[in-house]
Parts: sequence; structure tokens; C-alpha cells
Amino acid sequence: MRTLRFLLQKEFRQIFRNRTILAIILVVPAVQLMILPLAADYEVKNINITIVDLDHSPYSQKLISTITSSGYFRLTGYNRSYKDGYKLIENDKADLILEIPASFETNLVRDNENKVFIAVNAINGVKANLGGAYLGSIIGRFNNDIRLDLVHAPRFSPRPTIEVVASNWFNPWMSYDLFMVPGILAVLVTMIGGFLTALNIVKEKEVGTIEQINVTPIRKHHFILGKLIPFWVLGNVVFTIGLLISWLIYDIVPVGSLGVLYFFVGIYLLAVLGLGLLVSTYCETQQQAMFIMFFFMMIFILMGGLFTSTDSMPDWAKMVTKANPVTYLIEVMRMVILKGSHLRDVTKHLAVVFLFAIVLNGWAIINYKKTS
Amino acid sequence: MKQFITFLKKEFAHVLRDKKTLLILFGMPIVQILIFGFALTNEVTNARILIVDQAQDDISQQIIAKISASRYFEIENIISDASQIDRAFQQGIIKMTIVFPANFSSNLAHENKGQIQLITDASDPNTANTLANYASNIIQDYQRETNTLISQPFEIRPEVRMLYNPQLKAVHNFVPGVMALVLMLVCVMMTAVSIVREKEMGTMEVLLVSPFKPILVMIAKAVPYLLLSLINMVTILLLSVFVLQLPVNGNILLLFGESTLFIITCLTVGIFISVQTSSQQAAMLISLMGMMLPTILFSGFMFPIENMPMPLQIFSNIVPAKWFYIIVKSIMIKGVGFSGIWKETLILAGITVFLLAVSLKTFKIRLS
Repeated sequence: MRTLRFLLQKEFRQIFRNRTILAIILVVPAVQLMILPLAADYEVKNINITIVDLDHSPYSQKLISTITSSGYFRLTGYNRSYKDGYKLIENDKADLILEIPASFETNLVRDNENKVFIAVNAINGVKANLGGAYLGSIIGRFNNDIRLDLVHAPRFSPRPTIEVVASNWFNPWMSYDLFMVPGILAVLVTMIGGFLTALNIVKEKEVGTIEQINVTPIRKHHFILGKLIPFWVLGNVVFTIGLLISWLIYDIVPVGSLGVLYFFVGIYLLAVLGLGLLVSTYCETQQQAMFIMFFFMMIFILMGGLFTSTDSMPDWAKMVTKANPVTYLIEVMRMVILKGSHLRDVTKHLAVVFLFAIVLNGWAIINYKKTS
Repeated sequence: MKQFITFLKKEFAHVLRDKKTLLILFGMPIVQILIFGFALTNEVTNARILIVDQAQDDISQQIIAKISASRYFEIENIISDASQIDRAFQQGIIKMTIVFPANFSSNLAHENKGQIQLITDASDPNTANTLANYASNIIQDYQRETNTLISQPFEIRPEVRMLYNPQLKAVHNFVPGVMALVLMLVCVMMTAVSIVREKEMGTMEVLLVSPFKPILVMIAKAVPYLLLSLINMVTILLLSVFVLQLPVNGNILLLFGESTLFIITCLTVGIFISVQTSSQQAAMLISLMGMMLPTILFSGFMFPIENMPMPLQIFSNIVPAKWFYIIVKSIMIKGVGFSGIWKETLILAGITVFLLAVSLKTFKIRLS
């Protein structure tokens, strides 16, 4: 116990002595949490549209004004030919082209039907799909309007219609911050815990001070505990700062209990620190450790359901997300903070993360050798 | 010149000696491109939903059958007790609940109006929106099929053509983004420690007393990494064309040239960090923690930049990955020539020159 106390004293002193690193640890996550959620807004609005009107009739004018007044589209061009419109798409100035053919109005009245052409820049498939669908429904609405104009008597007998009512639970204003802030906080806590542990031990190796520790009667578990506890505390500090920021800036107050959150994060941090520890036992230089942590972190972030839903991934990729501790933290954070889930709802997550903690730390302890 | 070559030899020896790092450097981008290329999509499919069927009649059964046949939904459970909805959401398994009220089809028959309620888990607004859209489309389709009314008069039919990516594959959007992301971070991290390591190890002193110009030190540091990154880039390109089946519609030489420019830009960013910091740890934390999430977000392949608040849109302009992402998309998918991307090229070159100048200016030739 006494040995451990001395080790802890050493570690904390080293952390507090290096002001630059301490500033990075505390300031970088705070700033990122303040700024990044604002950037992560997926709602598709401001779709740039360019219109090629070959008709110049009252109807085509009316259709254009219906589109521009809908709020989804921004008219960025008004071209004479499809070719000019296509140039705008090539330069990313427009996302879609609407072409109204010549004598659109005359033909519509004469033939009882007519076509308009829509060309969508489909590199971003989702945006293309939604933009096309919005435009389609606006044209449909316009179509109904002119039908009322042209058809005088109310010819349609009422027919059975199914009405679909959607209600949005847990986030009635559909605000994106609410979704992003807990997720980004989860990633930041993971990064702090993982990077610091991995870099710290390898630094002792690289500088050579680990030899001095190895020749002392410090036991393996003393050494590892001495490394884990300070970063566990730091992880919790960063987590607390994050919660404060989400409360002060985004007005997010956890619906569920703080106790559940801290309990889960406490165990989760053990798992992440264990990963850092394990990586550090395999590396000789800080550069190696950093690259390996970078590799894992990228997979953790992009495959953890932070930005894209994990349900839509192919089956083998779902297995990867199951083996990714960040997935569980992101899910639990969102469940407890936004939906008020209870401890019994997250027991499965808890069990998995606990298993991660045991396996990773156990592996690291076995692999850490006092003799080189 | 002879001096420079000797110095270059030293740097190459450093880089090539560390086999473990080399292995990581070459292996990592390959694995990442493959995983993310296949797995990342912002499409929403296989969402698990709960159905509360209090009606249990023909029409509700038919609609449920249609929904379960769609690839967007996977029905987790069909129950008749509405009081369990809350619990089901809190357990975090389902994304949406569809409720058929008790007198659904009798209302539909007698009052010509039936109501279906969709309850979405809007803690994820994007998925919630998309799922609600999918479900109402399916229900409308069902209605159209059953209502065999005569076609309506004065029909305007929109004809939609999807340019560049007719099958709406997510790969076209994500692979260029992942390419920019991986290249950027790897290049920055490699050079970020290069100079600061000499400072930390004390070998900087030896360099400083030698008759060496700072610019030569920087260039010699960057050249081995430039070669490594070029090899990396070629592998990434080959993988995305042959494995992920991304088209190359434009000039491949132009793409190669632009990539080289981008790599040089990233190496300069790394050198800039290396000159400013005083310990390897600080350099790494800045290049990793400070840059990972911002690069993912501001390169524009995850979230549309035009949706961001104005100050962040301006900020995104200094992220080199954003420009490279635009360039790769333009050349590979749209097949644009140099005339379409000269502006982006100029910006990348500008960033490079600026950072190089600042690094040179602040390079300390004395130990403090």
C-alpha cells in the first residue's frame, strides 16, 4: 500500500509538472465539445437548385415560385440550357437541375399530362434521394393546385385514406445537438484515457526510466495500478467537465441518473486504460504506440455509431462494432442522458464492458515483463 | 549538396530501421480503407421496430407484411399492449414503434379515415426522420395499390435522373473522404514527431552546431515520409479502384499530382507542429486529439459543410482535407479536368507555403 502511495505521488507530480500536456488534456476536449456538435448537423436543407425554364409560361413561373418558397431549396441559377445547368453541378454550385420543357403549359392542357426533368448530383446518395423526394412532393402539391384550377366541379368522391401521424419522442424538436453531444463526449473521454496511458508507459521505456523501476522491489500490479489510477481520475475529470459544458452550453440535463452514468464510465475507463496499457507493452517508441492507438481510435470512432447507424452495416462489420467498447459507451450515454434508461436497461452493456476491462488488463499484466 | 545527401541518408536509415513502425504505416491505411469502404454508409437499413397492433384485422396484417418485407425494417416484436412502448425505447433496442389503433379498419370503412401512429426515437433525429419517411411511403404505396381509382387528370410526371452515381452507392461519397482523412492524419503524425524527437533526445544539439541550414533539415526530414506516403497513396488508390470499385473518370496523372501536393501540405502541417512543440507527447496529442475529430467533421464527407454555422464554415477552409476531398471527388467521379479544380489546388499550395514560411521563421537555432 505504501509503495502504491509513493508511485501515485510520482505520477501525479509528473502530470502536474508538465503544464503544456495538462492544458492539452483539459482544454482540447472542452473546446471540441463546445464547437464540434454545431458542425454535425445532418438535416438536409439548403439544397441548391438550378432551373432551366424553356417554357416561360405562367405555369412554369408558378412552379418555380412554389419551389423557392418551400424553404428546402435555394435557387442558385437560372439557365438557358441544360448544358449550362450541368456546368453548375460540375462546379458544385448546384445539387440538382430542374428542366421545364418548352411549351410545358400548352402540352399539359392539351395532352392531359406532361413531364419535367430532374437531374440530381448523386455522389452523396442520401442527399440526392431526399432532395429528389422533396422536389417530387413539391411538384405533386403544385400539380394538385393547378388541377383545382383546371377542373371546376369537385369530381372526386371522398375515398378512404389512411392518415399517418408521426410523433418524435425524447427529442421533440429534433435537435441534433442532443444526439451529438453525448456521443462526442464519449469519444473524447476514450481518447484521453487511451492515448495518455499508452504514451506515458512507452515514454518511460523510451527515456529509460523504466529500468529504474524494474530494479526496485515494486511489484507488477503496483506499477500497473500506479499508472492506471491517475489516468482513471483524469478521465473522470474530463467527463465531469464535459457534462458541465453540455449543461451550460447545450442545456442538456441527463434524464436518467448521474449515478448510473458515473458507474458506467468508471468501469468503461478501466477497459480503455487497459487497452492503452496493452498497446504500451507491445511498443518500444512513442511513435509506434501512437500509430497503433490511432488505428484503433479511427475504427472506434467511425464504427461506433457516433455518426452513422451501426444497424445499416453489413454483418461482418456489425461484429466489429460488437467488439468495439466505444459503441457501448455511446449507446449508454445516449440512453441514460436522453431517454432516462435505468441501470437494469444497461446491465448487458455493463457486463460486456466489464469483460473488456478484465481481458485487456489481464492480458497487459501477463505481457508486462520486468526483465527485458 | 553532398551535405544534404548525407543527411538524407541518415533520415532514411532512421525510418527504415524501425521495422515495426514501417509495418504499421503500410498496413494501417490498407485495413482502414477496406473496413470503412465496405462498412460506412449513411443509409438507414435494417432498423429494428416494434409494432403495437391493437386492431389485428386484415388491413393491419397486410400493412405489417409489407413493412416486414422491406429491407429498411426488421420487426423486433408485435404486441398489443401500448403501455410497453416506453420500456421498449428505454432498453434501446428499437428505433420506431408503429401503432394501429383498436378500431382502425372499421374507422377506415365507415368514416373513410383511419389513423396509424408512428412513434420515433428522435434522440437520433436523422434516423427518426428517415424511418418515418420510409414507413409513410410504404403505407401510401399500399393505399395506391388498393385504391384502384382511375388516373388523375393533368398529371405532371417528374423524370428523375441520378448523375454520377446512379445506384446511389455510399462508396462514392465515403471512399474519397476516408482517403483524405487517412492520408492527412498519417502524414501529419509521421512528421509531427520528427523534429521534436531530436529535441527530446538531445541530438538536436548536434544538428545545431553543424553548418546546416534549417530549411535543409526540414526537407531532409520530409523526403523519406513523402516517399512512404506516395507508396501508401498508390496502394489506397489501387484498393479503391479494384476492390471498392470506384471509377476513375478523370486523368489519373492529374490525380497523382494533386495527391502529391496534398501529401506535401500534410507533411508541412506536421513539421509546423514539430517546430512549435517541445515534447513528443505534446506533438502527438495535438496531432491526434486535436486533429482527428475536426478533420473527420470539417472535410465535409460526413456532414454537409453548408449546414454549419457561418464561423465554422469559414473555419473549415483551413482544413486541407476538405480541399483534397473536393479534388478527389471531382477527378475520380465527375471526371473534371484541371480547369475545374485550380482554385482548390491553389489553396492547398498556399497553405503549404504559408506553414513552411512560419515554421522556418520560428525554427529555433539555439537551445533555450
